[in-house]
Amino acid sequence: MIRTARAPRAPGAVLGAVLGALVLLAAACGKEGSPPGKGPAAGKLPHYQVDRNFRLPASGTWTRAKRRGYFVVGAKEDQPYLGEKDPATGTYSGFDIEIARMMSASLGLAPQSVHFKTIASANRETALQNGQIDYYVGTYTINANRKKLVGFAGPYFMAGQSLLVRRDENDIHGPGDLGGRRVCSAAGSTPYQRIRADYPKAVLVGYDTYSVCVDNLLTYQVDAVTTDDAILLGYTAKAPGELKLAGRPFSREPYGIGVPRSDNALRFALNDALEARQRNGDWKKAYEATLGLSGVPAPHPPPIDRYPAPDGRTA
Amino acid sequence: MTGTTALYDIPGPRTRQRHRLYGVLATAVLLGLIAWILYLLFDTGQFTYTKWMPFVYKGIQELLLRGLGNTLKAFAIAAALSLVLGGVLAVGRLSDHRPVRRAAAVLVEFFRAMPVLVMIFFIFVALKAQPLTALVAGLTLYNGSVLAEVLRSGVNAVERGQREAAFALGMRKTQVMAHVLVPQAVRAMLPAVISQLVVALKDTSLGYLITYEEFLHAGKLIASNLDYDLPFIPVVMVISPIYIGMCMLLSWCAVRVSRREQRSPRTGAVAVATPGPGALLPGGEPPTVPKP
Amino acid sequence: MNVLTDNFSLYARGFLGTVELTVYAGLLALALGFLMASFRVAPVASLRAFGTVWVTVLRNTPLTLLFFAVVLGLPRFGLVLPFRVFAVLALGCYTSAFICEALRAGINTVPRGQGEAARSLGMTFGQTLNLVVLPQAFRSVIPPVGSTLIALAKNSAIAGAFSVTELLGTYKTLNELGYDIVWTFVWIALGYLIITLALSALFHALERTWGVAR
Repeated sequence: MIRTARAPRAPGAVLGAVLGALVLLAAACGKEGSPPGKGPAAGKLPHYQVDRNFRLPASGTWTRAKRRGYFVVGAKEDQPYLGEKDPATGTYSGFDIEIARMMSASLGLAPQSVHFKTIASANRETALQNGQIDYYVGTYTINANRKKLVGFAGPYFMAGQSLLVRRDENDIHGPGDLGGRRVCSAAGSTPYQRIRADYPKAVLVGYDTYSVCVDNLLTYQVDAVTTDDAILLGYTAKAPGELKLAGRPFSREPYGIGVPRSDNALRFALNDALEARQRNGDWKKAYEATLGLSGVPAPHPPPIDRYPAPDGRTA
Repeated sequence: MTGTTALYDIPGPRTRQRHRLYGVLATAVLLGLIAWILYLLFDTGQFTYTKWMPFVYKGIQELLLRGLGNTLKAFAIAAALSLVLGGVLAVGRLSDHRPVRRAAAVLVEFFRAMPVLVMIFFIFVALKAQPLTALVAGLTLYNGSVLAEVLRSGVNAVERGQREAAFALGMRKTQVMAHVLVPQAVRAMLPAVISQLVVALKDTSLGYLITYEEFLHAGKLIASNLDYDLPFIPVVMVISPIYIGMCMLLSWCAVRVSRREQRSPRTGAVAVATPGPGALLPGGEPPTVPKP
Repeated sequence: MNVLTDNFSLYARGFLGTVELTVYAGLLALALGFLMASFRVAPVASLRAFGTVWVTVLRNTPLTLLFFAVVLGLPRFGLVLPFRVFAVLALGCYTSAFICEALRAGINTVPRGQGEAARSLGMTFGQTLNLVVLPQAFRSVIPPVGSTLIALAKNSAIAGAFSVTELLGTYKTLNELGYDIVWTFVWIALGYLIITLALSALFHALERTWGVAR
């Protein structure tokens, strides 16, 4: 395939040199810090009081985390102001991340000590089942099928499918106005399928990630982006001068904290912790520092769903 | 030019002139194509400052290098384990005991007929392994099976006389294998083995699909960031030359080894395999040794 | 066990998706591979160079990276197509490089004397190609093209991770529904075995009919 019968040394040597040069180049020059971001500067993040006397020996997950000294939490890495990983620094930020940190504080471990791990949507159950992560906070909708595989604390946020449009858009107020307009969503996702089934007049465009949809919205290639409002709020917070949410949510997606199914003690403890954080205002502060940057005021947190332990097992 | 094909005569003056005309036309079309692609790139703003600016920062470079390191790590472990597994399975397939031979054959055939990705996902999802474990295990099972076939065909390709002579000297089977057949087979099959390692290197990128934080994953993290204006194209332009370069370097090693072994007197009794992943596609036949 | 009977239509959709991807991408790969092979043996230097670059680049690109570039990159140029078409494009281009090399090797196995003899009989270039060289080359390329297409069928599994309906992707739905994951995979594996074994049987039959022992 490399047909240089006369000079067999040349291509490899050249290639090696080029590769080496690239690596050297990368190592030689580089600006410190991370590239500047878009949108308003991140709000001042709340400080969470750590409950130093918290003990939960009934929970295997908690006991392991306590011995380790930190929680390992699964999260998303590509949802601005919800669960986003800064490529340059590797740090996570967003509302889901704040929820994970305040839970850690309530369970007796410093909120800054949490180790986040990106878990793709398809692998969430697996990661919880095989102990890769202690709990999962990342736009995880509670539903009956998933309850067969994992446990859910919360919900900590009531999301719902909604529409994201450009700020100057005045004709779209709900999914009913989508006839003939181009709507973008993640191909194959639940919101995508709902539009296809319930609003067949809309012209659907499917991409792999929502960020491409939003980019297309800003460049006038599509007229709306649809998915859970929490995700859309995050994008609005990135560009509040250019984007807005249209109409009311047209589905209910209660976001829960995923825990291993058998660890009811952890689930009950997280429920209590969530309720306490909602009562003392930390929940609201976390919202205002992240998704609140979109200009949409904090909603009322949803009531906690304290379903009993499955299989007759007790905590 | 094409001294080896049966297609053309040595061109005469008029044909040469015609070919020159075709050449000019083809070059013009190709240049047009390149110009069009460049125009598209510029037109869609792929060379803007915001899209390339992230690569200047240390954090981003380190992210990419870390990803590259993880890719090479997965490759190194998978390559070493595949060689071991390939050796074991090849011994199994060459065994004198029928049940062993059968079992090895079934394993090799099964793993060669399965997509690597199915194995990786099975290990990742059903056996609940960590991403690196799943990736390495999947690559090992697949490439090990292919390497077993490579080594086996290498041993079988050694001239029959050598085996017969060795047996006639009173060597036992293990001795014949260890001292006569395997050393020659390994030398002859080295190019094919290296070419298979290129496949393994390429397949480490499947780790991206199970969230192993390798090179492509690092690229995706940069590419899908709205802050940097979604630099998909710049990311592809940065990471693909590195991937292609690494694979070409390894392929080139295979070509060089093949040339050296073809000249070497130590492979006189066995035909050296031609390198190139073409003969070694996943699921394909083992590299066919040219008949002497 | 009842994973299959309960979800037969889901499996069938995935299976047909894989078959469909394989067939379309295979046709594209054969066409492109033939074109590139003819470029690579053409008497025009720039075409040869183009063919060589095409083959070298695609053979050394990880397929996942190619999918990434095609599925996420091409829409950046305003080319918005269904994911299925993107998948066919990526798989077809990737495989065409291997097909091209198989075809070129096939043409090169025809001894020079054959072409010389044909020309000395007064045959034109077209006649030499169609009556002498290609029929012989065709016979020797059956096995390598067969194994390339089998590899294509297996590689199509990657498309599942890029939002295309195919066999491997069915595990996600079934896992979400709470079925036994091991059995889910057993049936997926069986599906792939059926496809690869059928392809391999087809090409063995072709080789028995057309192939020659040289």
